Amino acid sequence: MTDTTAHGHTSSAGISNVKLGMWAFLGSECLLFGGLISTYMLYRGRVTGGPRPSQIFDIPFTSVSSFVLLMSSLTMVLAVSAAHKGEDRKTNLWLTVTALLGATFVGGQVYEFTAFYNEGLGFSTSLFGSSFYTLTGFHGVHVTVGIIMLMSLVGIFKRSEVPGKKAEVVEMIGLYWHFVDIVWIIIFTLVYLIPV
Amino acid sequence: MTTDTTHTATSAEHSENHGMSDAGYIRIAAILAAITALEVSTVYVDFGPLFLPALLIMMVVKFIMVVSYFMHLKFDNKLFSLMFYAGLVLAVGVYAAFLATFKFFIQ
Repeated sequence: MTDTTAHGHTSSAGISNVKLGMWAFLGSECLLFGGLISTYMLYRGRVTGGPRPSQIFDIPFTSVSSFVLLMSSLTMVLAVSAAHKGEDRKTNLWLTVTALLGATFVGGQVYEFTAFYNEGLGFSTSLFGSSFYTLTGFHGVHVTVGIIMLMSLVGIFKRSEVPGKKAEVVEMIGLYWHFVDIVWIIIFTLVYLIPV
Repeated sequence: MTTDTTHTATSAEHSENHGMSDAGYIRIAAILAAITALEVSTVYVDFGPLFLPALLIMMVVKFIMVVSYFMHLKFDNKLFSLMFYAGLVLAVGVYAAFLATFKFFIQ
């Protein structure tokens, strides 16, 4: 019973079903982003009628955005750590900081999309544009969903204390958040740093 | 009391399973930041033929560090690793084959 309340229902292997489900979900997300990334890799050179990646990418700006998202992974893991220790205030603080860093990243992405659009790269301008906006847009939506989950969690936790059993909820959202970060690690290298 | 016991057990289990302190996480983040700076430097410094392999290696190292330490996969049940890496390997395999098909048969 103790194990069940602390970590949700467990499977016959003695591990949490919730955690197992989350890892299966993340495994399937690899396939989704794998498809989007490989489509981009296939079409990134097709720029007929539009600007080339090297003409519009602002590497210093995107590097700062990447750094912000990377640091949000640190604040998320600190939130998970605090939740496991039962430190409610710290948990809420780190969750809020993580959401703010995520919002900064999304804000940067909106600014970047606007700048690219003004420079002549629309969604249907070229295959490069379509695959670029689809890939980075899908990632941005994932970050936004993560921010909504983080802020919802903070709201829920403010209304009631965070007992030890709630730590697993923070951990699951943490896994999702870190996954979003590792996807960006790949996108940043393959899309922005490797020239066409 | 029961809740306290449960909470204490959870905390102890957490430290035991995850095996990292907050300072450890900060060290990992500092390493990740340093690797990111190195990655960005490849745009401005000529790495010659090492450019692409160096970038890909740094990407993989960052990926593994986040998955292993921040996502705790290194310290968790091996079944989770199996579920995640199975998806990852399947994705990389299928899409590598897909890209190769376009490379070799559509020109």
